[in-house]
Amino acid sequence: MAESSVTPARAPPESVELPVPQVENALRTMVLARVLDERAIALQRQGRIGFYAPHSGQEAALVGSALALRPPDWVFPAYRELSVALVRGVPLQAIVDQLWGNVNDLSKGRQMPNHFAFRQVHFVSASSPIGTQITQAVGAAMGMQRRKESAVTIAYFGDGATSSNDFHAGLNFAGVFRTPTVFFCQNNQWAISLPRARQTQSTTLAEKAEAYGFAGVVVDGNDLRAVYSAVSDARRKAVEGGGPTLIEAQVYRLGPHSTSDDPHRYRSDREVEEARRGDPVHRVEEELRSCGALDQAGIDRIWEEARSRVAQAVTAAESAGSPPSASLFEDVFATLTPRLREESEAAGTLPPEEGRSR
Amino acid sequence: MSESSGLVPLPYSPSEVEALLGEGGARTLLSAYRWMVLARTLDARMQALQRQGRVGFYGAATGQEAVNVAAGLLSAPEDWVFPGLREQLVALVRGHPLPTYVHHLFGDALDPALGRNMPCHPSARDVHYVSMSSVIGTQISQAVGVAQAMRLRRAAGVVLAFFGDGATSSNDFHAGLNFAGVLKVPVLFCCTNNQWAISVPVEHQSAVRQLSDKARAYGLLGHRVDGTDFVASYAALSGALGRLRDGAPPELLEFLLYRMTPHSSSDDPGRYQPPDWAERARRHDPVARLELWMSENGLLAAGVREELVSAAEASVRAAIEAAEATALPAESTLTEDIYAPRGPKLMGSGRGTETG
Amino acid sequence: MSSLTLVQAINRGLAEAMRTDPDVVVLGEDVGTNGGVFRATEGLFKEFGAERVVDTPLSETGIIGSAIGLALYGLKPVAEIQFLDFIYPAFDQIVSEMAKMRYRSGGQFPCHVVVRTPYGGGIRGGIYHSQSTEAYFCHTAGLKVVVPSTPADAKGLLLTAIHDEDPVVFLEPKRIYRSVTGEVPDGDHRVPFGVARTVREGTDVSLFAYGAMVPAAEEAAAVLEKEGVSAELLDLRTLSPLDESAVIASVEKTGRAVIVHEAARFCGFGAELAALLAEKALYSLKAPVARVTGFDTPFPYALEQLYLPNTEKIVAAARAAVRAA
Repeated sequence: MAESSVTPARAPPESVELPVPQVENALRTMVLARVLDERAIALQRQGRIGFYAPHSGQEAALVGSALALRPPDWVFPAYRELSVALVRGVPLQAIVDQLWGNVNDLSKGRQMPNHFAFRQVHFVSASSPIGTQITQAVGAAMGMQRRKESAVTIAYFGDGATSSNDFHAGLNFAGVFRTPTVFFCQNNQWAISLPRARQTQSTTLAEKAEAYGFAGVVVDGNDLRAVYSAVSDARRKAVEGGGPTLIEAQVYRLGPHSTSDDPHRYRSDREVEEARRGDPVHRVEEELRSCGALDQAGIDRIWEEARSRVAQAVTAAESAGSPPSASLFEDVFATLTPRLREESEAAGTLPPEEGRSR
Repeated sequence: MSESSGLVPLPYSPSEVEALLGEGGARTLLSAYRWMVLARTLDARMQALQRQGRVGFYGAATGQEAVNVAAGLLSAPEDWVFPGLREQLVALVRGHPLPTYVHHLFGDALDPALGRNMPCHPSARDVHYVSMSSVIGTQISQAVGVAQAMRLRRAAGVVLAFFGDGATSSNDFHAGLNFAGVLKVPVLFCCTNNQWAISVPVEHQSAVRQLSDKARAYGLLGHRVDGTDFVASYAALSGALGRLRDGAPPELLEFLLYRMTPHSSSDDPGRYQPPDWAERARRHDPVARLELWMSENGLLAAGVREELVSAAEASVRAAIEAAEATALPAESTLTEDIYAPRGPKLMGSGRGTETG
Repeated sequence: MSSLTLVQAINRGLAEAMRTDPDVVVLGEDVGTNGGVFRATEGLFKEFGAERVVDTPLSETGIIGSAIGLALYGLKPVAEIQFLDFIYPAFDQIVSEMAKMRYRSGGQFPCHVVVRTPYGGGIRGGIYHSQSTEAYFCHTAGLKVVVPSTPADAKGLLLTAIHDEDPVVFLEPKRIYRSVTGEVPDGDHRVPFGVARTVREGTDVSLFAYGAMVPAAEEAAAVLEKEGVSAELLDLRTLSPLDESAVIASVEKTGRAVIVHEAARFCGFGAELAALLAEKALYSLKAPVARVTGFDTPFPYALEQLYLPNTEKIVAAARAAVRAA
């Protein structure tokens, strides 16, 4: 259980503090993400989008980690990281367009909702197979070493992914090559229906780092400041040549695994209610209220603003058409092969635009 | 068997050995030594035959004999063994006939697997020694599956999974140890760390301090053992197997070894090993270390060594002669055993082709 | 020009790419100090150092996954998988990631990884050092699949692969790594993808082969010539993209097709060629399409020579095709 088992991260001596205005900005992103989450689930139930994987309960971990990153860093996400994209400057509309897979989707409607790719902000294309991004993040970090860039890669993954091949290979490679990589494990306690306790016998997930010769850190993932500081420290260590860090952010998946999942089959409502008391969004609200930065009216305005932005984005996304049929044949290769051209013509699609990818 | 100068001596008094090996420790040592001599003889002979082109490939286990013999002696008939490339001696000690193994090395008609695999990849159903792949690590998760089956069937027995240092990087190491930790099934992970994965030294295989530390990532206990010390290897295996049989969780034993030969007959270690490696390895020769201790403690009477060597040479020679006189498998066997033969198949009969 | 073996040509190709492009990085098991178990990376470690010739831990998943990351970041990784038979731990990374990265991101994240791997039988390697499973990769959209059969093509196709924009599975016929020698152009020699090589022209029957089967088919053509049968031999060189027009044109000329590969017959690459001929050259065919392939068994050890296609089997198939009409 997230609430009882969380070990707050000890603040290291030179720990980075998040100033209040930044916390307020963080709250805006967290609220926006929460509102989008709730709206997207409703839209899926209405059959207006095909699928959705919510991140409610993980907002502090996501936003806190993203705030600690810099523009040259690269993000290797799983599929609950849309708030990381928001922090890195991806417009809400681009995210909602992806949920629809419409003509404006930067990925041309090629993937299920939540499998984002935003080249401009180094947010790499997400996959459904679990963990595959972890080795890729290590490879990109090797590229940064080669190019002598002062940057890191961050791999996002869940508790279930610690059992994957790529977790093992990725962390091992990172240890051997001392790559500038932050492994950010959001332990939301559930891999669909499998509880954390049955995922692995190790006491914490963070201690798995020791098997690869580097440090693991446990952090309260509901604590925005703690996450920010843990990722900032790991990032600084990485760019200074100190190698990788595994961060286990302990959170709780408040929603279902995805819209295809019914968590009542495997966990109790009481457990979820218990976890809700640690809701990271409310925690930040509380902090800003108690330090006098925001009153309730100010908080309400943030929520209203978020609702109207999401509503607007949904309307725009829904009214955009599907990608053109010819795009089915694009991007298989850099240029259209004769065989694909033939298939495209046979399928009666418009002759696809021959030429380079973006 | 080899020169004793500079050998790292086994650090035991006779009473300590008795305490570590249990009653009849001296007899255990003599029996172990006999097997080691056989293994060493077989390795030397087969490497020579490979160079002459009489067998296609050979992966010597020279330097690993202590662990293999201890595992062979301590495992029970109902136990299962999932080997890596260098554990054939475990099968022999468990009762797989030497001539049958040599038929396998020649891939002839009397190889139980009908010459389907490269040399050193035997399948010995008779001693629950499972067919192996050349792909590194795949046996580790399979071993966990057999242990799970033993648990489900409430069968006696434990599973020994062998693999090298390189395999700790493999997918199946990770999956296997993780599953074993969660399922708590009776499997003993035996990592024979000979410090080289072909040309990659173990320091470049993982940044971990020692491989046994990896156990903790799976909630398991891990121990490092001097795998060139027969007494230590025997005691560690005996303890771990005893705990497993009593229902304790799985463990990882790391046996620190020195690869005394090339990775295989296809390898040239002069390209990558430091010049002093061979000498360091020689000083840790498990057979010579045991032999020295036994001589110094009066357990190897004059002439015993020579007798054992000539007996080993005779049985190896006979097995090779028999294998070289045996034809290749019939061409028709090419298409057998791809699927189950038609008709009923006896459970546990090994190959199911007799009726096919 | 230099006279080189096939494996030397690959080595020269790698060195050439690394010298001219600092983004080219080689990674794999034993590729560094050991120079590769087949010596394909011989000398590279010395010349380019540990940062560009990376000895990795023993994990194919790690090799391909990190190669993908290197490529996403803009480098040009050339990953070596020690044997094609060992590639499957990384199958997920290859077919679900590398092949689909460009497409699934709408072209935002191209993924130009080259995966070099020795394949094929004839070296007494048993099941796990002998297989030819090119069809798995040809079946995956987004991958290019290349198989050279001569030293010049090995270098030229490899350099094309390294500078291509798409991921390439580069299959090296290890059986002829050293048995084939040929003149190889120096410098940045490139051979385009999707263009078959006409090894010899003929009028009676078309032989289609690639990799280690090309020399066997060449011998077969010589035998057939003595019997008065004029065989045309095409070395396909790139299986994907396939030079369909060359295949069709050849059969339009000869009216007979014999397809040769080491892989098992069922769903092997030859099935695609046969389908192509059925779709686009049926009325030119005078005889049924013949396939000379491995059996639909696992790859054997002791009976390897029985399994492998050889000159005699190719000659027999060609004779039968000619006799049919």
